[in-house]
Amino acid sequence: MLMRRLFLGAITVWIVSVIIFAGVEVLPGDACTAFLEREAQGKLLENCREAQGLNRSAAERYFDWASGALRGDLGVSANGQKSISELVGNRLRNSLLLAVCALAVGVPTAIFLGVVTGLRRDKPVDLVFSTTAVFAMTIPEFVSATVLILVFSVWLGWLPGIVLTSAGAPVSEFFPEIVLPVIVLGMVMTAHILRMVRSSVIEVMVGDYVQMAILKGVPYWHIVFRHALPNALLPAINVVALTIAWLLGGVVVIEVVFNYPGLGRMMIDAISDRDLPVVQAIALIVATVYVGVNLTADLMTMVLNPRLRTHALRGS
Amino acid sequence: MTEIAATPAENTRLQRALGVLRDVMARPSGAIGLTLVAFHLILAIISPWIVPYDYKAMDSLLMLKGPSGAHWLGTDHLGRDVLTRVLLGGREALLVTGIATPIAVIWGGLLGIFFGLVGGRLDEVLMRVVDAFLSLPWILKMLVLIVTFGTGIEVLIPTLAFFYGIPVIRIARAATHDVVARDFVSAARARGHGRITVIRRELLPNVLDTLMVEGAMRWSWMLLAFSSLSFLGFGVSPPTPDWGLMIADARGFMSFAPWGVLGPVIALSSLIIGINLTADALAKALGIDRAQKAPV
Repeated sequence: MLMRRLFLGAITVWIVSVIIFAGVEVLPGDACTAFLEREAQGKLLENCREAQGLNRSAAERYFDWASGALRGDLGVSANGQKSISELVGNRLRNSLLLAVCALAVGVPTAIFLGVVTGLRRDKPVDLVFSTTAVFAMTIPEFVSATVLILVFSVWLGWLPGIVLTSAGAPVSEFFPEIVLPVIVLGMVMTAHILRMVRSSVIEVMVGDYVQMAILKGVPYWHIVFRHALPNALLPAINVVALTIAWLLGGVVVIEVVFNYPGLGRMMIDAISDRDLPVVQAIALIVATVYVGVNLTADLMTMVLNPRLRTHALRGS
Repeated sequence: MTEIAATPAENTRLQRALGVLRDVMARPSGAIGLTLVAFHLILAIISPWIVPYDYKAMDSLLMLKGPSGAHWLGTDHLGRDVLTRVLLGGREALLVTGIATPIAVIWGGLLGIFFGLVGGRLDEVLMRVVDAFLSLPWILKMLVLIVTFGTGIEVLIPTLAFFYGIPVIRIARAATHDVVARDFVSAARARGHGRITVIRRELLPNVLDTLMVEGAMRWSWMLLAFSSLSFLGFGVSPPTPDWGLMIADARGFMSFAPWGVLGPVIALSSLIIGINLTADALAKALGIDRAQKAPV
């Protein structure tokens, strides 16, 4: 089971790497035409292609690129001649910082509210939070971010509305500038997870064993904490993983809105500059993070769920 | 189990649709949602005839003026009337997403139903590819295509329709799996019906409810994507009025001219909220638990 998951994860990353490579390959122009711009013709173009190794076959270049990526070498950017691994390092750390802060705020809030709304289904408290959650998850991040900046930064003046810290600065310097981006990201995250936890709690509470416990006269809170929640929260782990993947898109927008020096803004810049090696590298990193997060979620579910654990031990 | 009936007569189908519509309208969320959506659709159609000014008429004397009798929502940084641009700002978004959503649901739905029925090795491979696509953030996938082919609506429609059809494959496939195991499908197969007939007469009618709710959800996600792209400068090009673009432009002047931001923010939010309330009511009316679905 575990090996199978690992294998499937690796296959997914491999397919993504092929899609990325092929996708960039079919685009008109290459790193050299982008770098040389108008002078991209004749001898100059040939020399450049030779220097970059672009005149070899696509399969050869894919192999080079993929094996380099496995060793942590993502190649060099098209215009800066800098190592992409170096460029990406700080940016990745910053994006992870943003994501981790949002998770730390969002997940406990979401689980708490999800359980409350699930237990109080269709009561006022449920209607209020469920409806708010739908709004929070479907209104574009740039809209909620703009409104929050307007209220907390422009009108009230409590928090900085824009990040001015440079990419390489130590983590401590990102506070308090990171607060508003974390709130926006955390809000969307909370909304997604809350809905899943809620429906999971509802499903569990009508289950046979909960009904049985109620009939036996087990105290309500005992039922909730001992019987229902462990079963309801297990599926939530996978949902958190899925949500993270979905949010990677939103992170890009949030980073642009707040001028946050993360991977997402770097990607937008790279796409605007047609810096294809950087785009490829970021896409690969993002896909790997996604697969890694899902794998971790599967592992956690397996460890926490006795049924799956015995299955895994038996090797089925 | 009334849905077992192979092809219901035309009028019962219409009656069922009307019944669902009545059910949706009977719920507060459905009534508010449908009203908002209808309001935006009507506005998008008639707005060119009711706007007070020309959307691209600039006036250097009227830059960033606050709301007044002549300009109800003030003017933007180029002296253009904000109300005019807010009224027109949803047309492009509704046009693009209104065409792309049905295409996405149809191609994703049909492919999902087909592979849900057939299964096998090819199905396994397809799902891996779908997973791989879903593991890339939407913004990256779309931007690569848009940067290559340009930013007009003739690029945005197929791009959105393609990428937003991929998750539909998953949903339709899962919904098909629920139906395929039922007796009436086995019966149809035992009668010797071909795949196409089984899909058309047994599977499609039963998966349709799920696809409709899914379509409403896709629509709202697509609007989110479209306006985010506009905001980032990869969507419609100026001077075309668009809410995302307007918010991006007006953000810099937010501290002394907040009306430039508030107009498009309220317009865009109300449309998206309307669609979601409608989708919610539709899901409840059709008895589909939407919360179970993955957000991607």
